[in-house]
Amino acid sequence: MQQLIPPFDWHRIFVQPWTTDFSITIWVVLMGFFVTAACGLVGNYLLLRRMALIGDAISHSILPGLVLAFMIFKHNSTWVMFLGAFSAGLLTVAIIEFIHRQSRIKPDAAICIAFTVLFALGVALMSSLESQGTIHIDAECVLYGEIAFIPLEPPTVWNGMEIGPPSAVRMGIVLVVVALAIAVFYKELLVTAFDGGLAKSLGMRTSVWHYALMGALAIVVVSAFEAVGAILAVAMLIVPPMFAAQLSSILPVRLGLTVLHAGLSAVLGLHLSVWLNCSGAGAMVVAAAFLFVLAWLGTMAGSIRNRSLAVDRCSRDENLPQVRSL
Amino acid sequence: MNAPDSSSTPLEVHDLTVAYHKKPVLYGIDLQVPEGSLIGIIGPNGAGKSTFIKAVMGLLPVSSGWVKIFGKSYRENCHRVGYMPQRESVDWDFPVSVMDVVLMGRYGRLRLAQRPTKQDREIARNCLEKVKMLPFANRQIGNLSGGQQQRVFLARALAQESDLYLMDEPFVGVDAATEAAIIALLRELKSRGKTLLVVHHDLASAKEYFDKLILLNMRLVAFGDTDEVFTPEILQTTYGGRLTILSEVAQTLSTTP
Ligand SMILES: Nc1ncnc2c1ncn2[C@@H]1O[C@H](COP(=O)(O)OP(=O)(O)OP(=O)(O)O)[C@@H](O)[C@H]1O
Ligand SMILES: [Mg+2]
Repeated sequence: MQQLIPPFDWHRIFVQPWTTDFSITIWVVLMGFFVTAACGLVGNYLLLRRMALIGDAISHSILPGLVLAFMIFKHNSTWVMFLGAFSAGLLTVAIIEFIHRQSRIKPDAAICIAFTVLFALGVALMSSLESQGTIHIDAECVLYGEIAFIPLEPPTVWNGMEIGPPSAVRMGIVLVVVALAIAVFYKELLVTAFDGGLAKSLGMRTSVWHYALMGALAIVVVSAFEAVGAILAVAMLIVPPMFAAQLSSILPVRLGLTVLHAGLSAVLGLHLSVWLNCSGAGAMVVAAAFLFVLAWLGTMAGSIRNRSLAVDRCSRDENLPQVRSL
Repeated sequence: MNAPDSSSTPLEVHDLTVAYHKKPVLYGIDLQVPEGSLIGIIGPNGAGKSTFIKAVMGLLPVSSGWVKIFGKSYRENCHRVGYMPQRESVDWDFPVSVMDVVLMGRYGRLRLAQRPTKQDREIARNCLEKVKMLPFANRQIGNLSGGQQQRVFLARALAQESDLYLMDEPFVGVDAATEAAIIALLRELKSRGKTLLVVHHDLASAKEYFDKLILLNMRLVAFGDTDEVFTPEILQTTYGGRLTILSEVAQTLSTTP
């Protein structure tokens, strides 16, 4: 065990990152926070619409998107890659809907067919390009990301001021835009998620809102994958809203808790990764899941206590024999 | 307004055919609903009652035919239509309060990105009062009983302040007292000149509740004043000789004068 788990050194794990290594730590934590909060905010609406799997589909379509964009534009600038991954995401959603509409295949099966086939296409294209020696896309980086490299990027300069690593700046902007969009279009997002029939009958274009949400999801996942990779981004979509759902049944509160959870996961994850010398993104997902389990155990304990109180009350009341059998 | 003016006809349906996966479930429905009436839609399970209501509002693609609401397309007049879906059509674990749900009835009158105003909240509160749910305004909707959920949906439809209401089984799962309260509300709306189409399952009370009946079973079997169409022959055609139902109906008919 001594070799597997490094010794717990308080100074190295909790003090050093915020003193000697501050300039690195801050960007890792901020990036982790931006990614988790932006993914989590969008994820709330996925969960409400029972579409959690769509996040999985979009994140897997990134690989073929990147490869195809490179093949078409012969270029690997950020914007080309972004555009390729983004369009692949939306195309995946359209394919899923097409399959679902044109056949009696259930949505979950349609999602699995669409994204595994697209992912396979991406793998095949990539390996063929690699064997020709045309490009080298680091598949490991696409799938797992590397948040520790973010602070090493040459910083974005704006009006002569150094702001920060471009990926983190981009992710920060995405987070702000997502949060603003949710605040501004709260009512539309709410009613289309709760009761699409009513929304349509009120004259709202529900498919426009559906694709707007899918577009936001694609943007969030595509901007996140550099840091956390396509697979861990899925966790960031689902775990924060699940955490929030354990603690509140009021949507605005849930959205707030999602952001809080993102901050906590980023900080806890950083310290965990320093302690274990492991991947930052992986540690952040572990921290996020740990917080979810805490919240879940907390609500379970709460509901058990409530129930035992209720049983106490009933057993004192002679007139309710049928409740006592609980 | 003169009589032939179609803008005073709340609902006109011509040759409406609706199909799921190319299999038609409603054929060639033709009808004209007069203003200010309380109309029951009855028919067996799977007759296409919900499908009819959804097709009228454009929630489903129609294979042929057209629908006019007060003489215009649904889209142009959607603000004049109130909708109460079947209770099972939504997820009651959704993290919203009773008040939030009723306020959704006001959304059709708000602009893009506009928040409900004080006045909207006032109207929503009044509607909750009418269905006796005001004390529950801040409850999460999952903590309500089935009958209470049904009343919340009714309050939401009332909050739409429409001229034509389409209601899918508003009486399912409510107790007798609530049912009486709801029918009183619907009659009050009718007396204010509103038109209501209500899907209903209980034949015994259908005769008493509605001025007119639409009898559906994939086709329009009959549409007319309740006295004229609530006959054993027409019911037999609608329900296709289902003995239990028919014997009940025979009983109803023999006990009502
Ligand atoms: N989403 C759907 N996909 C395919 N078929 C459907 C769908 N919804 C309804 N149907 C079919 O259309 C027919 C009419 O259904 P509809 O829900 O309109 O019946 P209904 O009269 O409202 O019945 P109920 O009294 O049970 O509510 C049924 O045969 C049903 O099987
Ligand atoms: Mg129905």
